[in-house]
Amino acid sequence: MMNKMTKKTKSNLITYLIVIAAFVIVQAMVSTGHISSLFKGLLVPICVYVILALSLNLVVGISGELSLGHAGFMCVGAFASALFTKCTSDAITATPIRFTLAILIGAAMAALFGLLIGIPVLRLKGDYLAIVTLAFGEIIKNVVNAFYIGKDSHGFHFTMKDQFSLGMEPDGQVLLNGPQGITGVTKDSSFLIGVILILITLFIVLNLIDSRDGRAIQAIRDNRIAASTVGISITKYKLMAFTISAALAGAAGALYSHNLATLQASKFNFNTSILVLVFVVLGGIGNMRGSIIAAVLLTVLPELLRGLADLRMLIYAIILIVMMLFNWAPKALEWRERYLGRIFNKSAKEGK
Amino acid sequence: MKKFGKVLGIMTAAALTAGALSVGAAAEDTFKIGSSGPMTGPAATYGNAVMNAAQIAVDEINEAGGANGVMLEFNPQDDEHDAEKAVNAYNTLKDWGMQAFLGTVTSGPCIAVEAEAVNDNMFLLTPSGSAVDCITAGDNAFRVCFSDPDQGTASAKYIGENGLAEKIAVIYDSSDVYSSGVYATFQAEAANQPFEIVCAEAFTADSKTDFSVQLQKAKESGAELVFLPFYYNEIALVFTQADAMGFAPKWFGVDGMDGILTVEGFDTSLTEGVMLLTPFSADAEDERTKNFVAKYQELHNEVPNQFAADAYDGVYAIAAAIEKAGITADMDASEVCDLLKVAMTEISIDGVTGTGMTWDASGEPSKDPKAVVIENGAYKGM
Repeated sequence: MMNKMTKKTKSNLITYLIVIAAFVIVQAMVSTGHISSLFKGLLVPICVYVILALSLNLVVGISGELSLGHAGFMCVGAFASALFTKCTSDAITATPIRFTLAILIGAAMAALFGLLIGIPVLRLKGDYLAIVTLAFGEIIKNVVNAFYIGKDSHGFHFTMKDQFSLGMEPDGQVLLNGPQGITGVTKDSSFLIGVILILITLFIVLNLIDSRDGRAIQAIRDNRIAASTVGISITKYKLMAFTISAALAGAAGALYSHNLATLQASKFNFNTSILVLVFVVLGGIGNMRGSIIAAVLLTVLPELLRGLADLRMLIYAIILIVMMLFNWAPKALEWRERYLGRIFNKSAKEGK
Repeated sequence: MKKFGKVLGIMTAAALTAGALSVGAAAEDTFKIGSSGPMTGPAATYGNAVMNAAQIAVDEINEAGGANGVMLEFNPQDDEHDAEKAVNAYNTLKDWGMQAFLGTVTSGPCIAVEAEAVNDNMFLLTPSGSAVDCITAGDNAFRVCFSDPDQGTASAKYIGENGLAEKIAVIYDSSDVYSSGVYATFQAEAANQPFEIVCAEAFTADSKTDFSVQLQKAKESGAELVFLPFYYNEIALVFTQADAMGFAPKWFGVDGMDGILTVEGFDTSLTEGVMLLTPFSADAEDERTKNFVAKYQELHNEVPNQFAADAYDGVYAIAAAIEKAGITADMDASEVCDLLKVAMTEISIDGVTGTGMTWDASGEPSKDPKAVVIENGAYKGM
């Protein structure tokens, strides 16, 4: 059986196994109490950022388009799912069902936005596309900032002015309060759900890459003109990658919004988009396993550096630069080939 | 392509092991107070003010022999005004062995941390988280500052009862929980008062440098008084820009305006005649305030603001509650919380933000805001 596996299948299996092994080890540590509160609190955010990095890698690595607005899709997913949970927390009492629905709604809404934005945006390429996605990310954030949604006995109220213009009955409840966002979302996210979502994300992304559609997407990345001459519909395949990526980011957003008691659109700014892009670049563009590892490392690192107080962000930045150089500078690659190559002899051969 | 993954993987594994296993076991002989607030980023002014002042209060209490002999230890953590980071900071402090939490500084993160603190039964006293939701999740949470509704209602009443104006404009920060919270209750109370809100203009954190549009609209609406429920850094810009366009109504602010006289590069003569409601004024003549302001200036070379004053009183409140409940440094956080939340309702504090401050079980403080007017560059009671 093992012999029949291609190298790629094996590599994919290893990626799944790493995630499962990490989950088992962490769960064992949690159940035996050998884990700090800080790390326990970081488990769900780590899952969120891993999913985001994987989904962005689909656009940046596989489809070859630089997207700078990924936090926007996360924002849509976070708010759509949080609103759903707020509205149905009385109607659906079974948390697993409600949260599954919330994640699906978050993903669907983000996919819808991905599709709508993708249609005009994907007609551009390269730097132009990057700038436009950046703009769309900011637009989504600002649109959410302008929404006020309330609910009372007469149903839903909606305005874009301020919370008093909702015109609600005294018993009304403000669900989405403009820039102050949503408060009091139940904490449904857990590490188990996070890991399941990571595995689903991996399954979708890895299978897409190896599918007929995935090959078409990669063909467009490698040579747009050649791909279009053999009859590949460029817009369709680019849109496919972009929409799937948006949906996955939406699921990550749902996981994020159900982990904290407050949710504000200002969180999903340009910085968050760049942070996710950093995960992808550090882990290796197009390399899913690298994205997972980079996302975990860079989420944990700032917290581990807390002891350094004021120097924290400076040291974080320096470590980031050093890691980038170590991973990607040609000289560093050469040096690693020569010295570390001996230690990881086997993988070095595979790597070629 | 795969090798670097391995290298990264090993680095990650090492980092994670270090992080996961560092379960804190610090000294047992001090009572550990943790705090989190923005010490970097755009809101750092507020976080640093709280941390500096809390440290001053802790040092004073320890110099005087501790709270009932219990020495205090203070650990400030940075949360960058981000709910996610605030929860991380809180968890870090739990690992350190924190027994009471003086935080968080800002409202949004405070709501997220309070949700965690309720589950852990950790005592939480926020010096400056003024949103109502900051302390509503459980009975473990108290606050030092006024809540937003209190300030909005008090301001509207003050303006109405003293007949300061008939037409009022409001400019507020719709992205800030504090600012829109104050505006919300100001607006609600305005219905009962003999004045009319003729214009309400919002700005957000992304556009808080240019107020010309809002000021122009306020001017056109014929407002005699403009209510500014936001922080002094932006208010300084509002004053400068209003002066440049020749708009000179009466100005009225809340406690966030405190600090306006210390803004660098700002012509403080523009603040003449400005009214504000504040529980703290750095120019107060009483012994406590003088001592606190002098110490703060000596150590940090600036005049303490509202946030610093709230944190200073917060530490003294915790110390008083420790004395009242007879808490010792070896108790665990949950035990401490059960005792503190009862003791908090029994103490009365004379601090720099008010005298005879008491708390009820809801966690709200009872103290009266004082209206002051700025005359000759100094506050004067009204």
